[in-house]
Formats: sequence, C-alpha cells, structure tokens
Amino acid sequence: MIPEIGHFSLILAFLFALIQGTLPLAGLAKNNSMLMNLAVPAARAQSILIAISFLCLDYAFYANDFSVLYVASTSNSNLPIIYRLAAIWGGHEGSMLLWVSILAIWTMAVTFFAKKLPLRFYSTLIAVMGLVSVGLLMFILFTSNPFERLIPAAIDGRDLNPLLQDPGMVFHPPLLYMGYVGFSVAFAFAIAALLDGRLDVTWARWTRPWTTAAWIFLTLGIALGSRWAYYELGWGGWWFWDAVENASFMPWLVGTALIHSLAVTEKRNAFKAWTVLLSICAFSLSLLGTFLVRSGVLTSVHAFASDPSRGMFILLFLAIVIGGALVLFALRAPTVGLGEKFEVVSRESLLLTNNVVLIVAAGSVLLGTLYPLLIDAMGMGKISVGPPYFDAVFVAIMAPGIFLMGVGPVARWKKATLPELATKLRWALAVSLVSALLVPSILGKLTLMIFVGLLMAFWIISSVFVSLRIRLQASQKDTLLDKFREITPAFYGMLVAHLGLGIFIVGVTMVKGYETEQDLRMQIGESVNVRGFDFRFDGVKPIRGPNYVAKQGSFYVTKKGTELAILTPEKRLYPVQGAIMTEASISAGMLRDLYVSLGEELEQGAWSVRIYIKPFVQWIWMGALLMALGGILTLIDRRYRSISKNLNIEGAST
Amino acid sequence: MKARHKRIAMIVAGIVVLAIAATLLLNSFRSNLVFFFTPTQVVNGEAPKEGNFRVGGLVENGSLERLSSGTQVKFKVTDTAKTMQVIYTGILPDLFKEGKGVVAQGKLGKDGIFEADQVLAKHDENYMPPEAADALAKAQKNNAYQPKAK
Repeated sequence: MIPEIGHFSLILAFLFALIQGTLPLAGLAKNNSMLMNLAVPAARAQSILIAISFLCLDYAFYANDFSVLYVASTSNSNLPIIYRLAAIWGGHEGSMLLWVSILAIWTMAVTFFAKKLPLRFYSTLIAVMGLVSVGLLMFILFTSNPFERLIPAAIDGRDLNPLLQDPGMVFHPPLLYMGYVGFSVAFAFAIAALLDGRLDVTWARWTRPWTTAAWIFLTLGIALGSRWAYYELGWGGWWFWDAVENASFMPWLVGTALIHSLAVTEKRNAFKAWTVLLSICAFSLSLLGTFLVRSGVLTSVHAFASDPSRGMFILLFLAIVIGGALVLFALRAPTVGLGEKFEVVSRESLLLTNNVVLIVAAGSVLLGTLYPLLIDAMGMGKISVGPPYFDAVFVAIMAPGIFLMGVGPVARWKKATLPELATKLRWALAVSLVSALLVPSILGKLTLMIFVGLLMAFWIISSVFVSLRIRLQASQKDTLLDKFREITPAFYGMLVAHLGLGIFIVGVTMVKGYETEQDLRMQIGESVNVRGFDFRFDGVKPIRGPNYVAKQGSFYVTKKGTELAILTPEKRLYPVQGAIMTEASISAGMLRDLYVSLGEELEQGAWSVRIYIKPFVQWIWMGALLMALGGILTLIDRRYRSISKNLNIEGAST
Repeated sequence: MKARHKRIAMIVAGIVVLAIAATLLLNSFRSNLVFFFTPTQVVNGEAPKEGNFRVGGLVENGSLERLSSGTQVKFKVTDTAKTMQVIYTGILPDLFKEGKGVVAQGKLGKDGIFEADQVLAKHDENYMPPEAADALAKAQKNNAYQPKAK
C-alpha cells in the first residue's frame, strides 16, 4: 500500500510540475498575472508530493518491504538501519528520486525567497525549475520507477554494495546532489534573465548566494567522496581521475568560474553574457554527471544500449535542456549585453583569464572522460585515458591560473598597472620562492614537482596575507580591531577559500612527493621499519559484524620505542553478495597518516600487507573544508540578506 | 590608436598561448591513451612491443603461483582461445580469483611475459570488467568456444 501511495504522489507531482512549468510561462507571454501567480502554489504542491513519495520509499527500506523490486535489489534485512535508510540512493532508481527530491528542496527554498523579486521574473524562474522537474519525473515514471513491485516478494534483499556501507557514503550522495541540483537555480535564473531580457547588477546579486550555496555543497560532497575513497577502497589513493569522480569535478570547476564571474557582474556590471553562459554550462555538466554515473554507461556502453529507452531518454533530455538553453542564449544574449568595458590590466581581465583557465581545465577533463566512451560506442575498440594525462595536463593548465589567483585580489578594478602590482606582491613572491626551496631541502628531497607545488601553495597563502594587509591599510578606522571589523564577511570568505586552496595544494604536493608505500609479506610477530616507524604484526583474529565476517589484523606501531597506535585493518566477507572487502586502518595526524591494509593470507599465518606513510594527506580535505567555509562566510554577508530593500546598488565594496 | 594596438597584441598573444596549450594538451592526451588487447591479439603479436597497454580475460584455473618470498605472483590470463602469462608484484585486489574476470595494465617484457603494474578486478562477484567481457565475447565469436564463467 505505502509504495503505491509513493508512486501515486510521484504521478501527482508530475502533473503539478507540468502546471508549474507551463502556465506561468504562458502567463509571461500573455502578460497574465493570474497565470504567473500559479507558479508558487504549484511548485509547493509539487515539492510536498515529492517529499511524500521519498518518505514512502524510505519507509519501504525501513520496513524491509522486499516486495518492492528496488528495495529487494539494494537492501537486506541484516543491513544496519542507518545503511538501510541510505540504501535509497544505493542504486539508479532511488538516486533519481533523491535527485528530484533535492530539486524539490531547492524549489521550495526559492518559493520562499521569490516573493521579494518582481512577479514576471520569479514566476519564470520557478517555471524553468518546474520544466527541469518535469523531465526528471518523466524519466523516473517511465523508465526508472523505484516503486515497481516484485511478485512474488523476495525472501530477503540482495544487500547494499558493501563499499557503500560506510558513514561517508550515507552523506556523500545527498551533498553532491545538493550541489548538482543547486546549479539548477543559477540555470533557472539565467534562463529567466534571457526570457525577461533583463540582466543587471541586481540580477547578479540575487543569483550569487544561490550559486555559492550550491558550490559549497558540491565542494563538501566531492571532498567527502575523496575521503571515502581514501579509507574505504583500502588502497590509499584519494583521487583516481575515475570517470565517476570527473563527473562531479567538471561542474565544480565551471561552478567555481561562475562564482567569480558573478562577482564581476555584481561589482562591475561586466561579463554579463559570459555569466549566463557559465550558468548554463554548470548545470548542463551537472546533468551530464548525474547520468554518466547513474545510467550504467560507464560500466559498459553496451549495457546502456541494451536498455535503449533509458539511454535514448537521457540523450534526448540532455539535448533538449542543453540545446534549448544554448539556442535561447544565442537568440537573446544580445539583449543582455556584454557589460562594462575594462582595461587589459585590471582585476576584470585577471578574473576573465582565471575563468578561461578553469573552463579549459574542465574541457580537458571532459575530453579525457568522454573520448573513451565515444570510441567504444562507435565500435573502434576499447581505450582508457590514464591518470598521467590528467595529472600532467591539469597541473599545467591550472598553474598560470594559480599564479593569477595571487594577483587578482590586489589588482584594481577597471585599470591596474603592472609596476604597482609588482610592488604589492614582490614580498609574497620572494617569501614563497625561498620557502619552496627551503622546505624541501630541510626534508631532504627536492624535485621539480615538489618545488612547483610548494611554490604555488606558498604563493597563494602569502598573497592572501598581502591582500588582507592592503585592505587593512586602506581602512580609515583608528584601531586595528575596528579595521578588521570593517572588512566584509564576503572578503574574509574569499581569503579563507583561497587559503583553503593553498592548504589543499600543500597536502597534494607533500603526499605525492614524500609518501612511502610498501607491499610486504609479514609473519606473525615480525617487525618492519618504514621511514622510522616500527610496525609489528601481531596476527589476525576472526570477528563478526552485523552482516559480515572478518579477519582482523593487529599492528603495533612504535617510533623509537614509544607507542603510537594499534592499527586493526580487516578483511571482510559480506556473504549476501559474496563480496570481499579490504578495510584499512588509519592513524590520522596533522603531519602524517599511518595507513595499513591487509592483502591476502599466505601460508603459515603470514599475510601480505600494505603499509603507507602519507605525510600531510589530511590537509587535502582540510583545504576543501576551508574552501567551503569561505563560501559560507560570503553567504552570511549582510548585503545578501537585505536584497529586497536595497534594489538600487551603490558603489560595491569587495 | 595606441590602446587599440595594445588590445590587438593581447588578443594575438592570447591566441598563441591557447594554441600552444591545445597542442601540448592533445600531445599529452595521445601519449597517455592506453589501448586494450585480448590475449589472442597479444599471442598473435598484435600488441605493441613497447609501451603500456591493457589485457583482459579470465584468470586461468590453477595458474596462480606465488613466489616463495615477497609479494610477486604469476598467473595466466585467457580469453578461452589463447592464454598469456602475466607477472605482478604487489597485492592483488580482493576479487581476484581463478576463473574470474581480470584486467591488467602493463607492458611486455623481453621474454614475452606481460609485466603488470596494475591489476584490476571489480568489487562484485558477478560483475565482469568490461574489457574482460569484451575479450571473451571476441574469442567466442571467433572460435565458438563456451567461456567457463559469465
């Protein structure tokens, strides 16, 4: 009964989405405010119905209702309750439902905020979000219904993929989707601006907090996914340039460009058409990402082709959304205008260059991700693009961008001069050059990669302090405290986010440059010394988890006789799927992680063991957290809270 | 006039930089493409003698040998038509099993043995790496042989 209610509310939601997506647009064309006023109630009804539907499916997981095909294929009665509830996004159908549910959350949020905007604008905005919802709901109802019954019911479920049975995986998909789908708001803003023919500073100020919010979620989602890969996949990597990861990284790159371009549109009324185009691209890549991961096209192009209805629908939907938006852009962009002019050396052009760098970087990732699929789909053989391509190309493209990132915040708007910039930044450059040489020589290993990496990191960090100092000097206030207070949260947000990138690069460089990896055969009682740390293998014992059995090893780690940690990596067997899992054991620290995982059992109680020492690896995720924190700081800026009262924008401050 | 010249110079410089970047990018792309070969192709000498490539198929039953010390292993990969020898140093992935699908990346040694630096097997008992499935399908088409596992 409950699953039918869920299915039925989904159908109703679809009907409301149709109303929400069409009638307000008709109202816009006919200038009929009654039709336009339908947008908000229809959107709210749609959102509530989708929420009901989502709760119904989660109830089916909670109640172990294995007469629902989707529940039977992704859950199991032995699965701990928290993972049962999270299993809803463990497969294709549920993930799609999660997608529209999150779209419903964003839509609901927009309806509460929208009343502050002009009717013509907000009804169009909500209608565009409604149309996106129509497409997704059709996809779910016609090709991926999560409420489909299994008759007769299964006795028990096939269990959630053991890899996904992890706290990180409970939160990773919702966060990531909050980011992906959040870009639909920026997308809807852009389409509404094109339809309405109005795009000015106010528009940018409306759009900015939504885009930043989506970007924060996406940043956190990607960071969590990377962290999960690090400890759960068991082999110590944190980023594999896997198509699934790239799918989330491309919208992030374009979203980052969008945030910066929106800032310019808001401050200077420039980059207008460009900002609109980026909004369209960010959401298009989000859609592409969702489908790349969820359609099965990555596992096999042929699996995709064997279920043509799903594949065709996806391609058609992508074509309509992306193609439609781009056609609209081509027709209407001239009405939006390019915006204010600026000099070759100015903060605008530095930000523009950074934008281009980010887009080219996203393009190179796109090439490496889609090309193998294309070749395979055309039957021209199977190829893979190795991580060396991404590593080399990505770093080479980003390096100039990172250099400019230090220059941008201290350059003047409209017109800056090179000598002035050089004077402002000479100390930052000197400090980062010296430290990038000094630190590796103290650590005893200097390679070009380490030097360049640290140079970029220190350059960002020191230039953050330079721009803070310049800002403080410009202040007219008397005491230092007042000077600090005068600076807006948005400016602090920018500094913190940039600092985060610096910290991130420190982490990446140190791990790549100084990590130690050893695959060993260890007897019980044997000790091994890895980079000054002594690891003693004390054997394995069998243990039993809620839905798995495992052999748990014990490693006693000391440094010069002092105890540091007892690491207990496991080799688990999940009997329902017959899956074997390596559960690494990590002693995390600011300066290094000690990482041990069990390979295979060899003869006489010996095991093959992998031991890593990963210096500064936690900085990678700390950096990502700081970036997100920077985003949050810009969100609390008072400017965005008083949007409605303050539509005419005076001189901007950041 | 001067400003206009400056602008043109900047645009030209921009185009040159982009062109260089694109060339480097495509170069790096081409040199990092890893092609896939079936054991039949490798045995027939169609695989490159130098450089990395991937092979896929089933791990032949009874072929897994561990060298007594260290973590070096030897095994055979078959597409049911032809079989090739692979050596690998390191820890094999969890779902590596005789009779199951596997994909290995590496290069041919002078003795014709494939030296893998990566061995991939996926975390699902029924799931076959796409390359391995492809190799079996090709061999089946050519020989009308039945593969031993799905």
